[in-house]
Amino acid sequence: MVEILFFAWISDKTGESRIKVSVDGYSVQEVKSWVEQKYQLGTGALSKTMTAINEEFSENDDRVQHGDTLALIPPVSGG
Amino acid sequence: MFQLTKEPIDIQPLIDEVSHRNAGAVLTFLGTVRELTNGKRTVQLEYHAYESMAQKMLQRIGDEVQEKWPHVNIAITHRLGVLHISEVAVAIAVSSPHRKDAYDANAFAMERIKEMVPIWKKEHWDDGTSWIGDQQEKKGREEAAHG
Repeated sequence: MVEILFFAWISDKTGESRIKVSVDGYSVQEVKSWVEQKYQLGTGALSKTMTAINEEFSENDDRVQHGDTLALIPPVSGG
Repeated sequence: MFQLTKEPIDIQPLIDEVSHRNAGAVLTFLGTVRELTNGKRTVQLEYHAYESMAQKMLQRIGDEVQEKWPHVNIAITHRLGVLHISEVAVAIAVSSPHRKDAYDANAFAMERIKEMVPIWKKEHWDDGTSWIGDQQEKKGREEAAHG
C-alpha cells in the first residue's frame, strides 16, 4: 500500500486529505493518472503538480514502493 | 530555529537566536498580509502546510544559506492558520559580520521559501475564496478540458 496526500485545491476537489491505495510499483506519473481518473479531475489536471516521496521532491518517472508516502504538491504560495 | 506556528509571530526570539558578538548586522524580514492585490480586497488569508515536509524544507534552506554564506546565522518562522490584514505570515532573521551578506542571505531565503516549501495560501475575498499559486494548475485543467 502507498499513502497519497492531497493539499490545497487538490484536497478541495477530491474531498480527501489522505488515502491508502495499492499502487505499489507505479511511477509517479501513473499515480497522477490514477488520481485524475478516480476523482474525475480530467486528463493532465495534475501535469504541473509537483510530488514528494517520503518528504523528498520526486520526478514523474520515480516509482513508489510499499509503505511509501506520496504527496501531491500544487504550486506553493508560502511567504 | 526553523519553525511553523499557529500563534502570532514574535520576531524577538528570532533576533535573539541569530545575534552574537561578531555580528555587525542583524536584519529582519516580516512578510505581512496585504489588503489590496490588483484592486481586489482581501478579508483574510489561510495558510495550510504539509507540516513535516515544510519543517524539513525550512531547515534545508537554512543549510543552503550556511553553505553559501558560512558566517551568516538565520532563523525562520512561518505562520499557519487564519491570518488577518497586517498580521505577520513569515519572519526571517539573519545576522552576519557585514550587512551585504545579511541582505543577500535574507532575500535568498525568502525566494527559496516561495519555491520549495509546501505551504499554500487561500485568499478570502468578499465574494469568494481561491488557492493562490494554482494559476499553472488551472491552466493545466483548462487545457485538459479543451483537449
